[in-house]
Amino acid sequence: MSQTRLLEIFKVSKSFRGLKAISNVSLHINEGEILGLIGPNGAGKTTLFNLVTGFLKPDSGQIQFSGHNLAGFKSHQICKLGITRTFQIVKPFAHLSTLENVAVGAFNRSDDIAAVEDKSWDILNFVGLEQKALDPAGSLTLPDRKRLELARALATEPKLLLLDEVMAGLNPTEQHGIINLIRKICEAGTTIFIIEHHMRVVMGLSDRIVVLHHGELIADDRPHAVSEDPNVIEAYLGKGVAIA
Amino acid sequence: MNETGPATRQLAGGLSAKKSLVVILVLIALHVLPWTIPSHLLHTMIMIFIFTIMGQGWNVLGGYVGQFSFGHALFFGLGAYTSTLLFLHLGLTPWIGIFIACSVSISVGLFVGFLSFRYGLSGPFFALIMLAFAEIFHLVSTTWKAVGSSLGLLIPLEGNAPALMQFTGKMPFYYISLWFMVGALYLVWRFEKTRLGLYFLAVREDKDAAEALGVNTFKSQMTAMAISAGLTAVGGTIYAQYLLYIDPDITFGVINSVEIMIRPIIGGPGTVLGPLLGSIVLTPLSEFTREVFQSYSGVYLMIYGIVLVIVIMFLPDGLIGFAKNMLRKSRGN
Repeated sequence: MSQTRLLEIFKVSKSFRGLKAISNVSLHINEGEILGLIGPNGAGKTTLFNLVTGFLKPDSGQIQFSGHNLAGFKSHQICKLGITRTFQIVKPFAHLSTLENVAVGAFNRSDDIAAVEDKSWDILNFVGLEQKALDPAGSLTLPDRKRLELARALATEPKLLLLDEVMAGLNPTEQHGIINLIRKICEAGTTIFIIEHHMRVVMGLSDRIVVLHHGELIADDRPHAVSEDPNVIEAYLGKGVAIA
Repeated sequence: MNETGPATRQLAGGLSAKKSLVVILVLIALHVLPWTIPSHLLHTMIMIFIFTIMGQGWNVLGGYVGQFSFGHALFFGLGAYTSTLLFLHLGLTPWIGIFIACSVSISVGLFVGFLSFRYGLSGPFFALIMLAFAEIFHLVSTTWKAVGSSLGLLIPLEGNAPALMQFTGKMPFYYISLWFMVGALYLVWRFEKTRLGLYFLAVREDKDAAEALGVNTFKSQMTAMAISAGLTAVGGTIYAQYLLYIDPDITFGVINSVEIMIRPIIGGPGTVLGPLLGSIVLTPLSEFTREVFQSYSGVYLMIYGIVLVIVIMFLPDGLIGFAKNMLRKSRGN
């Protein structure tokens, strides 16, 4: 396989007051794939996202994104380069309308207001929020807020989209809607790195899965292989559990 | 609401024909008004306008970008003192002094802003830093002889001298402050519709989310600080020229910071008309109570306190927010 590596994380570590949140993690994402990131609570998944998007600085190691070393880049510069993230705890701009929320993202690539508005409408149509475009984002329901997170991120035209538990708290029907969206986004050419707790979802969606446990990378393989990896089973269920 | 044609523009929309007509009528009325009202009301109107300019200055930083300043008297004082000192020592007309006053105020504002925003200070910490800087200048101006110390500075009246922004009557100041206020309102209204305007609001709502979407939050805050400091200084210069006297307390004093911030907060922070509405309600109230309770100086501050408590408890989005809600409800029914 001769795929281009879009993001390359090389031996990255991060500690918080002596507690190792991420230790010596190396992984890469190929262009066009959906990479799943799983791990028990507190494994360091969100910390890894924070490191990639510049919200945290790594203690050691390197992060490369299509030829750029991300060290020293601020979050908004990383967004300009083409990496956009969503937040696990959704952060809508509550007093702004849904449309304006998306427009903030769309202004990342253009400062022509008319073009930004058209694009924002297109994206709202794409995620199915066009009916709520003029409502304040603070009035949206949780599933709609998740859609909005996705819509805003898409509006920045990322090459790499980092999704942090976009399906938490949603029922199966709503999850299904978001899964379809993510597939569509990927087909449109955006590479996706997704943290997800719902195993079934992440297994079905990802081309490849990496597993974090206590800040260390313990697996990096096809979904099926990961689900049978004894290290992964041990991390999730503890030692000595027989798997039928 | 699915149409995306120009008719339904939400972001860059100008005023509807109806609203434009209202604005034009109000402007005409405001230009005719001074010929029909007694002199002391003229004074109240001038105060409304000047405090709207400064309230708008506070509003850009506090209302739009969400950094509450508790020391905007700093910029007011810098505006008043800079133009006055330039006039007294160099004979420079305040028409030019006002620009230099703006620049000085913006420079100090950017310095304070850099100290605060560079290290992510916000909320009460930022409010206190602003208060501290206002107090530094308050102390310096109280003790330093060269700037008049606690006696303040008297601007000698040269008769009716338009070139020096000096007039024997109140009428010219009515128009000067009116036009500057209209300019300030227009500036913020125009700017609200731009990318930077939307970025300001995004930074206020959630800094992390804004940053993740490519917004340079530091730059947005610094820009807001510059606009805010400049606008407030304009108010300071006009105020000094109007009263022909400034001293440390009426410029850099804490009470003045309260006077500046309370109007946009009560009118509706983060809205174009909020500072004007707040000023229309509060300025006559303070003038009136100061007249009625002459011997009890400070009663108007107690009234401010009561109004502020009521507004924060019952109208968190200010009078504008309240009006919008009522409008929405009446349409809904």
